[in-house]
Amino acid sequence: MRGVSVIGIGETQFGELWDKSFRELGIEAGLRAIQEAKIAAENVDAIYVGNMSAGKFIDQEHVAALVADYSGLVDQHLPTVRVEGGGACSAIAIHQAAMSIASGVHDIVVVGGAEKMTDVGDVEANAILSSTTDQEWESVFGATFAGLYAMMARRHMFEHGTTREQLAAVAVKNHKNGSMNPNAQFQKEITIETVLQAPRVAEPLGVFDCAPLSDGAAAVVLCSADKARKFTDTPINLIGTGHATDFLAVHDRRDLTTMDATVIAGKRAFHAAGKTPIDVKVAEVHDNFTISEIMAVEDLRFVPKGKGGYATEDGETALNARISVNTSGGLKARGYPVGATGVAQAVEIVRQLRGEAGKRQVAGAEVGLTHTLGGTGATAVVHLFARGD
Amino acid sequence: MAIPRFWREIPSRYNLVASKCLNCAMVDFPPREVCTRCGRKSIGNMERVKLSGRGQVVTYSIVHDAPKEFEMMKPYVLAIVQMDEGVRMTSQIVDCENAEVKIGMRVETAFRRLGAEGEAGIIHYGYKFRPAA
Amino acid sequence: MKAGIVTYGAYVPRYRITPKEIGAVWGVDGEAMGKGLNIRAKSVPGPDEDVITMSVEAARSALKKAPGITPKDVGAIYVGSESHPYAVKPSATIVAEAIEAGPVMTAADYEFACKAGTAAIQTTMGLTLSDMYKYGMAVGADTSQGAPGDALEYSASAGAAAFVIGKDPLIASIDHTISYTTDTPDFWRREGQAYPSHGGRFTGEPAYFKHVLSCANLLFKRAGTSPEDYDYAVFHQPNGKFPVRAGRTLGFKDEQMETGLLVREIGNTYSAAIMVGLCAILDVAKPGNRIFAVGYGSGAGSDGFDITVTDGVDAIDRRSGRTLRRMVEDVKFLDYATYAKFRGKIRMREG
Repeated sequence: MRGVSVIGIGETQFGELWDKSFRELGIEAGLRAIQEAKIAAENVDAIYVGNMSAGKFIDQEHVAALVADYSGLVDQHLPTVRVEGGGACSAIAIHQAAMSIASGVHDIVVVGGAEKMTDVGDVEANAILSSTTDQEWESVFGATFAGLYAMMARRHMFEHGTTREQLAAVAVKNHKNGSMNPNAQFQKEITIETVLQAPRVAEPLGVFDCAPLSDGAAAVVLCSADKARKFTDTPINLIGTGHATDFLAVHDRRDLTTMDATVIAGKRAFHAAGKTPIDVKVAEVHDNFTISEIMAVEDLRFVPKGKGGYATEDGETALNARISVNTSGGLKARGYPVGATGVAQAVEIVRQLRGEAGKRQVAGAEVGLTHTLGGTGATAVVHLFARGD
Repeated sequence: MAIPRFWREIPSRYNLVASKCLNCAMVDFPPREVCTRCGRKSIGNMERVKLSGRGQVVTYSIVHDAPKEFEMMKPYVLAIVQMDEGVRMTSQIVDCENAEVKIGMRVETAFRRLGAEGEAGIIHYGYKFRPAA
Repeated sequence: MKAGIVTYGAYVPRYRITPKEIGAVWGVDGEAMGKGLNIRAKSVPGPDEDVITMSVEAARSALKKAPGITPKDVGAIYVGSESHPYAVKPSATIVAEAIEAGPVMTAADYEFACKAGTAAIQTTMGLTLSDMYKYGMAVGADTSQGAPGDALEYSASAGAAAFVIGKDPLIASIDHTISYTTDTPDFWRREGQAYPSHGGRFTGEPAYFKHVLSCANLLFKRAGTSPEDYDYAVFHQPNGKFPVRAGRTLGFKDEQMETGLLVREIGNTYSAAIMVGLCAILDVAKPGNRIFAVGYGSGAGSDGFDITVTDGVDAIDRRSGRTLRRMVEDVKFLDYATYAKFRGKIRMREG
């Protein structure tokens, strides 16, 4: 199996982008990545698109064809695949694209992720996010997306002593990082007090414990490792991927304070890459809620189970601390156009490993990790990247 | 929710019909065709059972932000309850002050309105939890 | 062989509101209204409760007392109410499904103001006496509404009671039943109207009292009894005054009527009213006790029952599950705003 490298990246501004339609967003990110990779239309062998729910947000299915059409590559008649997987969809798309290259079927594949969430009102958008939960046995009984994560947070507080202040510390850190990211939806720092006083969404989570509704898109160009240097001097290699699923409903999970899908996906990725958590200095994890980041740093074995809140509070996951988590601002501050997430996280890691992250650069980063969740944790995808030699 | 979809699950929503694996005694709710614990060994070896409706609260959250269907209930308590048979279920806790809900609290099921498809649509009924008698 | 009660169950929601709280909103001395009606509080259903949910709770409570009764032997279920959640689609089938009776059974919903439940008792008696079915279930339940500011707002409340009727095993035999029915328009609600209308003082003498007293006298005659022969008396209770006046007029003593007079704590539960009162009596009655029960439904009619408690009452578990006593006592008081929200009296945005 061949190695896979990232030779180009692109992303749009993330936020409430009233002037941009879904098609404009997706194309903008894709074209930036292609231009950055300095490849021509004829070089592209396939397109993979991660999108959570264009069908519900903008009534549009068959998104793959839409993207292939509007990307200006229509005369290439490219095979295009739309990948669905809740919030993990574009991380899965990266994996699918990488497998197509590793197996020798394709040489160069563009992977994009996009979501347009603000054409519908807030209440409806939240209901659409809820569609990744168990419709028959969770949402019909009143379980909201935030409510399910809140219940995991409550149990985490009960079992491990995690506090609301520790949850808040995640948001404060990510907003601080976001203030250094010109593409982030929120570029203002916040305080612990702001988070604690915010209107309650589902206790113990308040408005500032939750990632926003956003529009945005990101894209990467993947290339077989043996050809990457034809296009770039700084190829970043995808050295390992782990993809795992777990029970759909939170109540069926083995341990309410652990996402087994993350644990297993992480182990698979590290095993494939021949690396361990200690090798990772920069990571983009799925902080759709503050509790999610706390659980992620534990489940990825950056800190012991139950210590995620304490570690965050003590600054262990701050920029250039022991491990820099969510230097982009995370989903919380950078924004959370769901379908774009996995690819956007990869874009940030690639930037970090290339040394192009400016004010939020992690010094000496050689191995980076992305972690993306689907639904309430029924899917987890972990990618490990490293500087190519 | 489409009519047939809701109607199909009535035995489980009204009467907590679950499945029990005759191979390993694992109880699953809703009922499954394949046991979540022993997989293939369970095929053709599962029976329907009814949960007693009694259990204890494992975790909960007071929900303030809720979709339209639950507007009248806000803020309501959402909980995961571990039933005495071992399986866990998710629903609301009613008939007590939200602040009284605690992890470990004993509860029993109650038959309540879950929602309706607007003023003219079908009404959905099912289980919620209340403090055990 | 006689028909009678095999088991019984009741349900009253947890919420209450006082006449004083209601009166304050409408510029009326609510406390005085309450005293005038002899009502201290009325029950209010939660936003996720309705006639169907309460009927299911009452039916399940009945079956829980008598685990020897197989739901599949309940061959008929009738739910009487004037606030069925559907105008078309019977409450009875949902109750049947929720107690796992059927599908080999018959069902229908009844309406006759506050006597829809007692009418169901008479029907199920007929079905079991004729051996059409082993058991029938008669449910009376309501989430009745009083128009905002109207006198009925102080009393219209929510509750349910379910009786399994059969021949064997009986906890109480219904030795006689007789009814008195005329076309008397004292209280009504046209299709599509949110609130009922009534004839004011016309609801007294020509309506409630004429039918209750006439039916009672017919019952005494048929049974060959007089008030002293009974341990308990219970009447339809639209407020705490009418039934006491009717009872005294007939010659009953207040002590005989005390146990069944729940209206003072829970208000008028309409189709459930006399049945819930009867449940309170059955909760404490002893074998051999005799009960005189005469209901009333506007429109108008009265169903009367002469009941004798049997030894069988000790064979069921009257303490099981949520007792009526506990439901009457374990309450939460609401302010008018929350009450109005729960009762759908606030106009919400459509769509």
